[in-house]
Amino acid sequence: MKVRAQIGKVLNLDKCIGCHTCSVTCKNVWTTREGVEYAWFNNVETKPGTGYPTDWENQKRWNGGWVRSASGKLHPKQGAKWRILANIFANPSMPEIDDYYEPFDFDYDHLKSAPDMQAFPTARPRSKITGERMEKIEKGPNWEEILGGEFAKRSADYNFDKVQKDIYGEYENTFMMYLPRLCEHCLNPTCSASCPSGAIYKREEDGIVLIDQEKCRGWRMCISGCPYKKVYYNWDTGKSEKCTFCYPRIESGQPTVCSETCVGRIRYLGVILYDADKIEAAASAERETDLYGAQLDVFLDPNDPDVIAAARRDGVPEDWIEAAKISPVWKMAMDWKVAFPLHPEYRTLPMVWYIPPLSPIQNAAQAGQIAMSDQMPDVRSLRIPVQYLANMLTAGDEEPIVHALERMSAMRLYMRALTVDGVRDEGIAARVGMSGRMIEDMYKIMAIADYEDRFAIPTAHREQNEAGADIRGGCGFTDGNGCSDGESGKTGLFGGKKKSFALPLESF
Amino acid sequence: MFESFDINFVIFGIMPYVALTVFLVGSIARYERDPFTWKSSSSQLLRRKQLIWGSILFHVGILTVFFGHLVGLFTPVWVLDALGVPYGLKQWMAVLIGGPAGLAALIGGSMLIHRRLTDPRIRATSTTLDILIMILIWMQLAIGLLTITQSLQHMDGAEMIRFMEWSQSVVTWNINAWVTVVDVHWLFKLHIFLGLIITMLFPFTRLVHIWSGFAAPFRYLLGRSGYQIVRSRRRRPLEERRRAFDARKGVTGPKSSTPAE
Repeated sequence: MKVRAQIGKVLNLDKCIGCHTCSVTCKNVWTTREGVEYAWFNNVETKPGTGYPTDWENQKRWNGGWVRSASGKLHPKQGAKWRILANIFANPSMPEIDDYYEPFDFDYDHLKSAPDMQAFPTARPRSKITGERMEKIEKGPNWEEILGGEFAKRSADYNFDKVQKDIYGEYENTFMMYLPRLCEHCLNPTCSASCPSGAIYKREEDGIVLIDQEKCRGWRMCISGCPYKKVYYNWDTGKSEKCTFCYPRIESGQPTVCSETCVGRIRYLGVILYDADKIEAAASAERETDLYGAQLDVFLDPNDPDVIAAARRDGVPEDWIEAAKISPVWKMAMDWKVAFPLHPEYRTLPMVWYIPPLSPIQNAAQAGQIAMSDQMPDVRSLRIPVQYLANMLTAGDEEPIVHALERMSAMRLYMRALTVDGVRDEGIAARVGMSGRMIEDMYKIMAIADYEDRFAIPTAHREQNEAGADIRGGCGFTDGNGCSDGESGKTGLFGGKKKSFALPLESF
Repeated sequence: MFESFDINFVIFGIMPYVALTVFLVGSIARYERDPFTWKSSSSQLLRRKQLIWGSILFHVGILTVFFGHLVGLFTPVWVLDALGVPYGLKQWMAVLIGGPAGLAALIGGSMLIHRRLTDPRIRATSTTLDILIMILIWMQLAIGLLTITQSLQHMDGAEMIRFMEWSQSVVTWNINAWVTVVDVHWLFKLHIFLGLIITMLFPFTRLVHIWSGFAAPFRYLLGRSGYQIVRSRRRRPLEERRRAFDARKGVTGPKSSTPAE
């Protein structure tokens, strides 16, 4: 057993209102620079839809993630190491910027500076790459917002696999949900495995996956390697960038920007202890539907004395072990089994998990005669097909999804009985294999979702990690070379911007 | 002393040392001081068209040519003699391998230049040096191919032996190296001169990615046993931490309230 800790994340899709606050705050903090205008470390997609970049889930096209060979060994779908090296001159699986969208801005200045004209001046779109006028905007970061566009195009959605999708194109039968996406900070990331320079790494202490900007050479293999298409090529700096899980905030015990600002309070952060020795076997599980269960087996119970002893021996700090015991992520993934990994079939063992959404009963007109089992609506008759959710979260296995949706509807029923009738109906809880106490805890965390219940983030132990004297007078968090601001101007000897060194302040 | 001044001495006697110094010192300085700018500067994201074919033809061609020059110029003549390789045969090999490879690189390079100059996205994001170095390399390829017309007139390999002697004299600190190439055809001289210019520009352009390209297979295939990389910021590796923990556990008696370190 090799115990490591990771800050995991759960997104409760049942409560996501699609307000994009997460995307916007994330963009304002991380990707307002030139070269990454098109990049959204966090974006929210309307499903069913083909997403951003278009059709990202279709790995037949993009070759992201891993495949298991006949011998049971894993290699990236885009090829083993030698194959990746052979593609170094031109990467056949890499999306073009038009698969995301050409970044643009509107010519607002024209509104103020236009001369006296017969027609009212308009702010026309201009490309952020060339500065040229764009006659027609073909795509944007959220092009299918609230089911925008024809069903014929949107229904190319990969999650419609094995679903009779035609009826969902009809107005009466349509359904919709939001899927906020960010880097999954996988246990078995394909981006880092694909990097010939070894620039991408997972941090031992908190599991965050980062790109070393000084080691990245721009070989672009991570972009095609990542099945979630969450590594972005900065066309200005020539380096890859990705979600950093706001590590400077996480290290000081604060939630990521997207989680902090989430209006619907759907985002949870907490410690998960895992056994690093089990990762390879779990990711190599033979059947795709076994991958979800295999990943659960990698996680370690923080209340198990043997695990605690092993964690201490491997140097997991005491407060991290304590945080793991109260982790909302652990509760939702392991205790209640309501959270699931996004596309486990990519074999990356993602660490950002999702609670599937409940939805209205399929046909409101038939509300009187809906399928009920033991007073509870049959979750298979909900508007969002269970198979669709299963394709997204459990590699097509419906059973765990049904189980989770039943527990969530039982929670509603139980709490209704409690608040309206004042009755603690243990029968409802028992039907879904829970107790009243568990359901009330679930309600507190998932429905009320107070700040301190959503986030249980222990601070980083800098005293173990870095020598204070060495970093004194340093620049803190920077991007690029040492103290440079990360923008590559055209002034320096080697094409980089000249650095402004900050002298340390006297602090005696 | 100036009446005996010869420009050939400057270009073929002195300049190689200047170029190699700039190349090496510049590369080390950039790697050390400005690693953030060390990159391949790929533009594939912005435009895939013409890049796939252009880049593959260019790179495969130019790598073949590069290694051909490396092996061809720096294999000592006595090794050829010992192996019994006739000079004529070597000359033929150079023409037959280098010719098609150079042509592939020239075609690929032309596609890349055309793309860089005419595609609005690529043009807008190109630096002056990006364009300059591409044009210089294209010219170098063209001149290199033109020298084949000269080589074909003396396929005995004698001319080639002179270039081998020159290159090997330069790297063995022979100040009189320049004399061996003083009366070769001007196309060859221009080819060498341009080569030295490109060598000097190397550390200041995107060409530095060549270093990384050569290092990548070794690092990726040989230097990394599995696929994954985990970095730890803890000061002691896991095994050491475990040993220290076990040692501490073994100690009996009252717990010290101060840390051991």
